[in-house]
Amino acid sequence: MLLSVDNLSVSRGGVSLFESLNFTLSPGQFISLTGGNGTGKTTLLRSIAGLQPKDEGEILIDNDNFIFAGDSNGIKTSLTVSENLRFWSAIFGEKEFEEALEVFHLTKFENRFAGKLSAGQKRRLSLARLLLADKAIWLLDEPTVSLDKKSMEEFSKILKNHLEAGGAAVVATHIDLGLKTHSSNINIEDYRTKSGNLNASAGAFL
Amino acid sequence: MIALLQRDLLLAVRAGGGFGLGVAFFLIVVVLVPLGIGPDMVILSKVSVGVLWVGALLACVLSLDRIFSLDYDDGTLELLLTSPIPLEAVVTIKAFSHWITTGLPLVVISPILGLLLGLQVSDLKWVVISLLIGTPALSAIGAFGASLTVGIRRGGLLLSLLVLPLYVPTLIFGANVASKGLEDVSNNGALLILTAVTLAAFSILPFASAFVLRINLR
Repeated sequence: MLLSVDNLSVSRGGVSLFESLNFTLSPGQFISLTGGNGTGKTTLLRSIAGLQPKDEGEILIDNDNFIFAGDSNGIKTSLTVSENLRFWSAIFGEKEFEEALEVFHLTKFENRFAGKLSAGQKRRLSLARLLLADKAIWLLDEPTVSLDKKSMEEFSKILKNHLEAGGAAVVATHIDLGLKTHSSNINIEDYRTKSGNLNASAGAFL
Repeated sequence: MIALLQRDLLLAVRAGGGFGLGVAFFLIVVVLVPLGIGPDMVILSKVSVGVLWVGALLACVLSLDRIFSLDYDDGTLELLLTSPIPLEAVVTIKAFSHWITTGLPLVVISPILGLLLGLQVSDLKWVVISLLIGTPALSAIGAFGASLTVGIRRGGLLLSLLVLPLYVPTLIFGANVASKGLEDVSNNGALLILTAVTLAAFSILPFASAFVLRINLR
């Protein structure tokens, strides 16, 4: 088992989002997180990644074995595509990043400044980071935003390869990534705190 | 970690990176002072140490909010927090790269500006030494201030208000090292305290900054 979430309750901006959430993640397993805006998909991923404190419950995860990709791309527009990836490959202690460039069809943009890329290309560059880290658990927040249909299918394939190699993923997404086997869905609205959700607070920010 | 330093230095020298901004500001402040005070070299050389130190301080503050805000805005900081590098190390490296791009150029240019303010060539040594030892503390303290204000829109002014009072010990002992050196009086005590301030800032504040950043990134 790679990840175990037990009786988890998390709030954000002072408002409790969900409670009594339980699930486990095994090698090869894919969990999609669904639910309306503001229900806590991002917050759950951030809690698992250790960015957001929990109110109650237990999250068991190997801190050296996951990679988190939030809704921001985390790329530097004044660096070139390869400079961006070289940085992350050094951070993760891996040397090769050419393969990641190729998988995401970014090789021809290698020397282009990341600021000159389109939104979809930037997203692909951001996703290429996943291949540099060699981590079993992928925690992804809406990874397919800005991707065209072809890139989306290719990303599904990359995700499938990752799962087949013994990896696992928790992905907040509304798109069917076509991963039939070992895939399950958590609708976070089923765990909504009875007293209300984030919409109840004007001061809350997600 | 070297990769982070290299990246920060590269970002600083790339278009819009802000490298040279601090030095240019320092240069202008120091050049403006004689215009305000008048060309009397005796008065100028008397105030020179103070002007150089206050100028360096303000030039440092100018670029502090860039330490974390750029990485915060594009999501890199969040990704770095979940990366294998400890956040404390990230803060230390970022403070150090701020010093290389802001503090070090001030140290390098200070002898020329010292001459402009009527200092003797033999006196320049102490100005350079005091700035060389003191400016790293400005970056480390500044990084702490920057971690407090990260995520606040246009937090630059608030950052200056927070950080400038914290710069007081560095300013007092830094200027003291230089002025005592100029007068040929023993400045060993001030020099040791200035060194201690810098070492303490670099060894304690990264922990405080990392703690604050974790809270700010929630």
